[in-house]
Amino acid sequence: MTGTEQRLAAIRGDAPPKRHNARTIAALTGNPGCTRRAVLDGAGVDKPALAERIGFPARFGQSRFAITRGNTFEAQVKADGGAELLRLVAERLGVPVPAAAHWTDLGGGDDLADRARRSATLLTEALPPTGSHSDEPAGAGEPSPVGEPAALFDHPMLGLAVAGQRVHLEPDLVAARLGGRFHVVEIKSFPVIDGQADPAKLAAAAVQSAVYVLALRELLTARGHDPHLVSHEVVLVCPRDFSNAPVAHLLDVRRQLLVVRRQLDRMDRLDTLLVDVPADFTADPAADPAILAASLTRVPARYAPDCLASCELAYFCRHEARGQTGALGRPVREALGGIADVDEVLALAGGETVTDPERAEAAALLRTAARLRADALATA
Amino acid sequence: MSTLRALAAAQAVAAGLAQPVATVRHLHLSRRPLVLVPLAMAGEANAPLAAMVGSAPGEGRLLIVPQPRNRDQRFAFAAELAAIVLPYIDGHRTANEAVAVDRGRDVRYRYLDAPQLLVPNPAGVTFLRLLGRSTRFRRADGEYPVPPQVPLLGRWLTFFAERAEHPGSSTLVAMTQALTLHWATGQSAVEDLHLPALLGWIAPPAGLSGAEAAARAEDPSSCPPAGPATDPEFDNRLLAPAIEAYAAADDEATRVEAYAELERLLRDQLTPTWELMWRGLGLLRALPPGARVAGRWDGDRDAFTAHADHLDSDGAPQPRRDGAVAAAARLHRLERAAATYAVQRAYDDPLVMAEYRLTGEAFVGEVLLADPTRVDDSGRRPVLRPRIQLLTTDPVLAPVGVTLTSPSRPGQKARLVFVTPTADGKTEVVLELSGGMGRGLTASPGSVPEVGERLCYTTLSDAYVPGAAFPTADETPWTHGGPPASAAAAPDEQWA
Ligand code: SF4
Repeated sequence: MTGTEQRLAAIRGDAPPKRHNARTIAALTGNPGCTRRAVLDGAGVDKPALAERIGFPARFGQSRFAITRGNTFEAQVKADGGAELLRLVAERLGVPVPAAAHWTDLGGGDDLADRARRSATLLTEALPPTGSHSDEPAGAGEPSPVGEPAALFDHPMLGLAVAGQRVHLEPDLVAARLGGRFHVVEIKSFPVIDGQADPAKLAAAAVQSAVYVLALRELLTARGHDPHLVSHEVVLVCPRDFSNAPVAHLLDVRRQLLVVRRQLDRMDRLDTLLVDVPADFTADPAADPAILAASLTRVPARYAPDCLASCELAYFCRHEARGQTGALGRPVREALGGIADVDEVLALAGGETVTDPERAEAAALLRTAARLRADALATA
Repeated sequence: MSTLRALAAAQAVAAGLAQPVATVRHLHLSRRPLVLVPLAMAGEANAPLAAMVGSAPGEGRLLIVPQPRNRDQRFAFAAELAAIVLPYIDGHRTANEAVAVDRGRDVRYRYLDAPQLLVPNPAGVTFLRLLGRSTRFRRADGEYPVPPQVPLLGRWLTFFAERAEHPGSSTLVAMTQALTLHWATGQSAVEDLHLPALLGWIAPPAGLSGAEAAARAEDPSSCPPAGPATDPEFDNRLLAPAIEAYAAADDEATRVEAYAELERLLRDQLTPTWELMWRGLGLLRALPPGARVAGRWDGDRDAFTAHADHLDSDGAPQPRRDGAVAAAARLHRLERAAATYAVQRAYDDPLVMAEYRLTGEAFVGEVLLADPTRVDDSGRRPVLRPRIQLLTTDPVLAPVGVTLTSPSRPGQKARLVFVTPTADGKTEVVLELSGGMGRGLTASPGSVPEVGERLCYTTLSDAYVPGAAFPTADETPWTHGGPPASAAAAPDEQWA
């Protein structure tokens, strides 16, 4: 164990690190500036347990109905050795539907590293060595000189470096190798009605897919292959309209790839962040709640209302951010001239003299706003 | 987010109570609105689970779907809902009025009143839109027949959902949106989507601050979500076993019992929201309506009349997607409506106008001098052009020469002639008036502002702007989406 790993284990407590999945990594792009989250997620802390312990339980419960529906749909799409899935994917990519495809289930087994190795070997086995693809091919469906047969890989175990740490991704995807390229295939049970899906769900699916594309590309690179053998076009398979019939859509995730990549690059190496974290910092859910809460407050957070949908610690951080304009949302804070503190906003609005010249403009704005508001309320 | 609204939110945080951001009500409220609280089955494509619906607090009818994945039961639900919604709609088709069109050369008729649907939140609007989408193409004959009122309900729900996108329409209203139009809470916009928390901020129960009431409202076990999504805990712990028990019932007595249990569970989930809807309505009703609200409601009555006429004549369902011309025309209509709505709210409400005063698009000043008899004889004919001078403390950013209007004198134009800053940071403004003063060279009494009056002038214009012309569908080349192909969904489209 390196010093950093020891440090993280100490922060986390006795438990093994929580596994990452594409969702948790996608969530990292949501609040990039939050040190608290970077440290907790980097250490693999059981955040739901932590939140519960300090009296601010997260509410990310999933309905049984939704889980059942998701599983049923996925099973239906993957039935018959993926024959239907293969047809959907091939047709959407505009390549001839292969008569058959290898179906390899890479799931199962407990040792993560083992699984990752097995995935890597099988995924890259039939690929030509690097150099045979000079540039990214023009179209996704471009026939490739590589003649290896079509193959579907279910549950490949992929990894990514997150904040200086290697994490394994819970595999919730199918990688399709078709026409010489890999495509990430995501099966989601939210419907696409008249060509439109719930924008929030679609956006989340796109970022998660980008995480997989990135991880697959890293895997190829590490094995000496051209990363662009993995397409930036992701195949999203969803139920169509109000039926159970699956329909495939292509999703260009280039923008999301940049966002995820930038975020992973930008996330300071965890050891740099840890320098500023107090030596006795603990997030061990077994520790005393009061100690935990006090400990957490010593690592800076950056709460925003988006946290409510993306981080298990949101209710704790929201409570801590009471009285901050940012807790009302960034647009509110900006409309208040960027002043962070509600009390200060009201003081400036009430005409308190400003000493800081940088605040003069905001103060003038707030003073005028307060005068106009009072005036309108009085004359109404 | 305007600075004034943000400031109100900051004040709400400090006060622990929501703060007004409007002094009048900006939407029409029907005397008998139909309140509809829908619940959907998690994970499914808009599968109805239950609804509470009615037009008076004590008349909430509960509809449930004991097996939400069952296609026939879904349509049975739609039929039951239709049996409430359609008579409610028809009740507004009794009396009409003649409206002059084409400069009085013709008349058309519109219903004196129109239906109004209230749902808890925007997700409720989406639920109705999708329910409309899934039912309007159904047929009473053919391979998958449904009760005849089901496709009719679908066409009406689609109409309501389309009106909901029209800025300023009050045909289908999401309660959370109606409330946040009038109050700013000390929480964020996402949190305001939760009706119980929002109402907690606006009208907390005695002994609690708004912030405390909102915090309580976040516990789904004591305060169920306002739908259509249910609380996952509720699904897993109570609903799933009850649905299973119903499915497993093999004799009539057990089935009746299981059904009653499902009803009880769903009623418990819906009743709190049902009550909040009427409380929200009460709060809104207590506000006096803005002067231009009735005019916008006329537009809703027009749209209602037109749709009713359409259903009476051929009644084809709305297409799945608009053609290119229809989409462009619709966008144009919505943009115009949005602009008009923004101006009208400012005209109706000094607190909304204050936002424009802050940005220099409006100012309020006191009349210092008035020359009501001033005549401009530089042209071919002498014309009455009184001038007034005002003193304002507001910033005046409008350029000289621009035409301003006062919301209290909308028929009169005021040209900005001079803008002179004074030594004490105020601004003197000279305006030249035209229109609204009667004929001749003498202003009719009261038509020129008098010394000492306080007036608001703004660059915002409430004047009618004619819309752009779009080709009819038949005149549209096929490259732009016309003539229209039948965009109907296949009648055998599954709903399972
Ligand atoms: S909830 Fe707290 S820890 Fe999580 S991202 Fe937001 S601020 Fe950071």
